[in-house]
Amino acid sequence: MSNQIQYRYQKDNLAKSEPNKFKESELKSEEFVINMGPQHPSTHGVLRLEVLTEGETIKDVVPHLGYLHRCFEKHAESLPYNQIIPYVDRMDYLAAMNSEHAYALGVERMLGITDKIPKRVEYIRVLVAELNRIASHFVAVGTYAMDIGAFTPFFWMMRDREHIMRMLEWVSGARMLYNYIWIGGLFYDLPVGFEQRCRELVTYLRPKIKELEQLVVENKIFVERTANVGVLPLDLAINYGVTGPMLRGSGLRYDLRKVDGYSVYPELEFEVPIGEGKMGAVGDCWDRTYVRVLEIEQSLKIIEQCLDQLTGDHKRTKEFDPQALVPKKIRPARQDLYVRAENPKGELGYFFRADGRSDVPFRCKARSCCFVNLSVISEISKGGMIADLVAIFGSIDIVLGEVDR
Amino acid sequence: MTFDQIKDKVASKFPDAITAIDENATPKALMVAEDKLSEVCAFLYKDKDLYFDMLSCLTGIDNGEEANTMEVAYNLYSIPFEHAIMLKIEIPREKPEIPSVAEIWKTANWHEREAFDLLGIHFEGHPDLRRILLPTDWEGHPLRKDYQHQDKYRGIKVEY
Repeated sequence: MSNQIQYRYQKDNLAKSEPNKFKESELKSEEFVINMGPQHPSTHGVLRLEVLTEGETIKDVVPHLGYLHRCFEKHAESLPYNQIIPYVDRMDYLAAMNSEHAYALGVERMLGITDKIPKRVEYIRVLVAELNRIASHFVAVGTYAMDIGAFTPFFWMMRDREHIMRMLEWVSGARMLYNYIWIGGLFYDLPVGFEQRCRELVTYLRPKIKELEQLVVENKIFVERTANVGVLPLDLAINYGVTGPMLRGSGLRYDLRKVDGYSVYPELEFEVPIGEGKMGAVGDCWDRTYVRVLEIEQSLKIIEQCLDQLTGDHKRTKEFDPQALVPKKIRPARQDLYVRAENPKGELGYFFRADGRSDVPFRCKARSCCFVNLSVISEISKGGMIADLVAIFGSIDIVLGEVDR
Repeated sequence: MTFDQIKDKVASKFPDAITAIDENATPKALMVAEDKLSEVCAFLYKDKDLYFDMLSCLTGIDNGEEANTMEVAYNLYSIPFEHAIMLKIEIPREKPEIPSVAEIWKTANWHEREAFDLLGIHFEGHPDLRRILLPTDWEGHPLRKDYQHQDKYRGIKVEY
């Protein structure tokens, strides 16, 4: 087996498997198709953009997806509900805790045990999810700055993200793909001493965010590069189903943590920052980045409140067993259910169909926020310059693992 | 608006559009006749009391050979009114065709392409119905219950 040749080069491989939308023979003489990706570093993974240009102006952008398609939905149809969680981790691998949280929420609703989940479990879930949200935003802002030419912020962000990764590793045993939030509970309770270390981390991160603001978002070069670029009007954003910091950057105060009020979010105090067009038009690349930075601050606020609860009303006891409610057999009644939750990148939804007869979902569709957010790229980059394409693309903040699933 | 109010409003405008309701679903669902889908969707989007401006998710489902149907589920949300509804449309499995709603909600464009790619549901009137996740020359639609994958794809063994 091992000496077999797996792949043989054929001349028509690319042309047959993923042909361009625009045929060269049908282009006007001033038009030109530029291919960007799938190995382009600023596509944050493997994505191919087919860019139709006229001189330096973009006339159309056609994304070609699927290079990282790992058949999540097909796998989910042959696995029991609890065994799908590791696959869920691998969708948005920068914010796995958030994806797990949404998934567990959905299955628990199908089983009807949402109200029985202990408060301590819920607070731990929110705590780790918000930590992961900060880590995800750090990567988003750091890589975005690198995309448009600033190298330092990337290293600073990665350094601070590393602290969060280590905290989460301490909690779950894994750096990025946790399998920590289980249906009906958690893998383990928080390790002893976590709360105190987490408080120290919050104290450490607060000034870093001010630093980030000064280094990136208020930087003159950054502002020049991103203000008034890739403006996404609000009506277009809603029509395209865009969610998360992109939608809030366009000026709508819409956060599912507030709107749906799932988990213990209604008991926590935090604000929903929106883009106000401080440096240019509302909904430009700068606004989207600024919303992310402000959201980090709000997440820190949530983390502090969770820590207060976890050391106060819901503190560690010897009797507490985070796996007490984890069902031995997960067999939801026959039903359809759509659940949605706020991920760092937008609305992550799962559509489940349970047939009531088996332990595996009949259908499990993941409504990925990156997939939907990416679909707006051709609208917001049309008429812009080629040089702005990377700036616009980076501000969408996609993870290809979630786009292709 | 509650589910019943939404249902009554749609039923009074299109008397024979709703074939059944599913109160067991979350959010509660209306089963809509396939030929009325475009009108119902346009009404849900445009009516000033309903105003479902956000198509959150579009799911294609294959019910298998036994039931011999396919389904498409639409999850609609209204941002200003904060109400939600699910629409479900059953279509025959031999000829899965359904009108596209990409004209109303542009987000449906990619969702429908995905449903076409993975399930082979044809969306009539879709502006650009191509495969999106799989390669263009892939054979079959993997999320169908009776799907058999090909042995080799461009010289690469498919079985892993």
